[in-house]
Amino acid sequence: MLAETTSFTLDGIAARMVRVEVDVHRGLPNFQIVGLPDAAVREARERVRAAVVNCGFEFPLQRITASLAPADLRKAGPAIDLALATALLGASGELTIAPLAGWSLVGELALDGSVRPVRGALAMAEEARESGRRGVIVPAANGPEAALAEGITVLTIENFTELASLREGEVPGRVAVPAPPAGLEGLPDLADLRGQAHLRTAVEIAAAGGHGLLMIGPPGAGKSLAARRLPSVLPPLAGEEVLEVARIASACGLGNGQVSSARPFRAPHHTVSAAGLVGGGSPPRPGEITLAHRGVLFLDELCEFSRPALEALREPLEAGSVTISRAKGRQTLPSRFTLVAAANPCPCGRGEDDPRCRCSEVSARRYRAALSGALVDRIDLVVAVNQPSAEALAGPAGEGSSAVRERVVLARERMAERLGDGRTNAEAEPQEVVDFEVTAAAAGLLAKAHRSWQLSGRAHGRILRVARTVADLAGATAIGEEHMAAAIQFRRRSVE
Amino acid sequence: MSIDANTACPECLRRSWLTARLGPWIQTVVDDRPGRRTPELLRLESEDLVHAVAAKQADEILTWNGALSEAEMRAALENAECWACCRHHEDFPEGLEDCADAPVALIGRGSGIPLAEIRLGNSVTVVGARKATGYGLEVAASIGREVASAELNVISGMALGIDGAVHRGALERGPTVAVLGCGPDRPYPASHTRLYRQILDRGLAISEVPPGADAWRWSFPARNRIMAALSGMTIVVEAASRSGSLITAEMASDAGRDVGAVPGPVTAGAAAGTNELIASGAALIRGGQDVLDRMLGAGASRPLFGPELEPGESEVLEAVEAGCRTVDEVATRIEAGSDGAAMVLARLEVKGYLKGSAVGTWARTSLAAYPSPGER
Repeated sequence: MLAETTSFTLDGIAARMVRVEVDVHRGLPNFQIVGLPDAAVREARERVRAAVVNCGFEFPLQRITASLAPADLRKAGPAIDLALATALLGASGELTIAPLAGWSLVGELALDGSVRPVRGALAMAEEARESGRRGVIVPAANGPEAALAEGITVLTIENFTELASLREGEVPGRVAVPAPPAGLEGLPDLADLRGQAHLRTAVEIAAAGGHGLLMIGPPGAGKSLAARRLPSVLPPLAGEEVLEVARIASACGLGNGQVSSARPFRAPHHTVSAAGLVGGGSPPRPGEITLAHRGVLFLDELCEFSRPALEALREPLEAGSVTISRAKGRQTLPSRFTLVAAANPCPCGRGEDDPRCRCSEVSARRYRAALSGALVDRIDLVVAVNQPSAEALAGPAGEGSSAVRERVVLARERMAERLGDGRTNAEAEPQEVVDFEVTAAAAGLLAKAHRSWQLSGRAHGRILRVARTVADLAGATAIGEEHMAAAIQFRRRSVE
Repeated sequence: MSIDANTACPECLRRSWLTARLGPWIQTVVDDRPGRRTPELLRLESEDLVHAVAAKQADEILTWNGALSEAEMRAALENAECWACCRHHEDFPEGLEDCADAPVALIGRGSGIPLAEIRLGNSVTVVGARKATGYGLEVAASIGREVASAELNVISGMALGIDGAVHRGALERGPTVAVLGCGPDRPYPASHTRLYRQILDRGLAISEVPPGADAWRWSFPARNRIMAALSGMTIVVEAASRSGSLITAEMASDAGRDVGAVPGPVTAGAAAGTNELIASGAALIRGGQDVLDRMLGAGASRPLFGPELEPGESEVLEAVEAGCRTVDEVATRIEAGSDGAAMVLARLEVKGYLKGSAVGTWARTSLAAYPSPGER
């Protein structure tokens, strides 16, 4: 007999529907899966066999052929297990799967029949809606996340035995309840950053305008501390953004099915490869920049990162997405993130002014060469960080994240009015930059800076964007001289 | 100096118009060796010059020239926003007065520098090859910049290559004088039109021929003799052997002016001429300071003053001088907010007093703080 169910497989961060056809007929007992299965799918045979038997169903001792369609799509991962086992029992006549017509099943089977969570449940539920399914059955642990997809019924099951309800003609499972996204509570607070007034200003501007930030200073001065507190001053994710971020996290198996409105923070180690950073592999998998989508990518010890890895960041940084092309396929993944980097002033970290610095001129120069790359040219804010003084450390805590965030949210509202929803000054198009309102004094200052440093067109535009953000934070309609001066001051100077 | 200033007598003006009119004839005569023969020709009295180059039409041309009315010439000057000054007027530059080769009148445009202020002691001519190397261009610009910073007049020929770089460098710090081979109202070469505008905005363009006059091959050696005579020192930045710039240097030394040259690699053709000059006794110029040492006496360079300081800026400047390098250090020292300190640092950097580094710190430049009105 023949039976068919549907399930989903992950392709990058997107879900693709898979039809699972199972044919059971007489012959030597055998179990074959065809249709480009990967190792995890092929091993489903063993999981399905054990789960079926351990749940008290009868496993047909006949010739079983399972076909996964479309045949040219690579099927990866164990998410197909549940659909495969169900179609198998339908084909053998053990269950009547007619009630499941129009439903899709997703889940990994344990040998005892319990249904384990899978990666990408949210994307799968959304894809089920897009392909016109009536509903989707997912593992209980994926329920809250999958239920965020609107316009599709999501049921959850915990164990394969629940399929027995099909004998009464009922679709198994309980209706899933969408998880309210977790808030920003519990994020490290900016109040921990004592003193460092200038760094705080830079963090606030970076948060408001989405500008890249580079902190240079000795170890222990508070660079990482500040970077890790950036998500807490960023406005919470709203609406579609939550889903976008949750979809990526879920597809990459992050977050334990928890959905949060806090912006992602990714801090890859400096030994990361270019593929690990921007995505890659075969089939292509998302990298750190996609995981940091709508959040913060923090590169600590910037000068220690490999040149190819840093160079690979350039294009996604400009485009807001990255396209990975491999022989076996092509993926365009979102990557709109705020780049935050930290570096020591020299290899020993003390800085050349410190008498204890023993770095040779040559090694210091080579070290700093990383700061001259095209990547750093795209960072708008450069700030030197000093060791905080004893008084500052003993003094009162700094302003808390929520107060800073309020200003940031206000500034972002002003940007949204000017540029459209969800866009920041850092992303303003050249045409929009030209339309920024600038006072005569501010324009004069920029013109002088332009003359004395022979700024590139890009640098010119970058300064204007930062100045716009400073003005937005101050609530000014036009960019004033003080806003322009602040922006110029943050501009990176060339390495000599 | 304004356009209508009556600082040239009609007789001298007529000579300017005559020289321009004789352009094609002079071209034929000096054809093979314009560099040497042009100054010899132009030194002649008007009548002799016409007979020397255009004997057949001599009478016709002299009649035309004699009939040119003062009003007509002045109208032409005014239409082109130009002025004129002749050797019979006290504003005529001293460098041209004591030089037999010099033209009798100058036609100019722009008013950035009073003509009388172009003296031997405060003017430097910097010239070089049109086809210059990156090294030459960089040195030329820095000499232009440093000499202009010391408030000396920087004179050059607005040609492509070195000349252009010299003007650009000078314009970063002050006015500059372009001496042209064509009429002073014509940006030549055309690709230097923007530079020409900038020079006019802040300095002068001068020439010995009237507005609208064409440039001939001989116009350049003619122009070179003016540049050589105008200033107390002529510096050649980059020149191959047999370059026109070498002739300028020769003219300068014939006129009793100081000559300097910037050395280049001994293997480089582009520096063969300048190296040759040094070998034959020209001063070796390594940069603006060497020029200032020779012009103003060794070590007696004037401090380079920056633009005037605004309230609050001098405290920040002092803080940096005292060793504060970051925004937070400066803010702590002057007991002000970091945002305010950052803003002042940016202003001071734009004014040239500070230099920002790639690691977000600041250092003091050599620019001296402008003395406050009381101290001046």
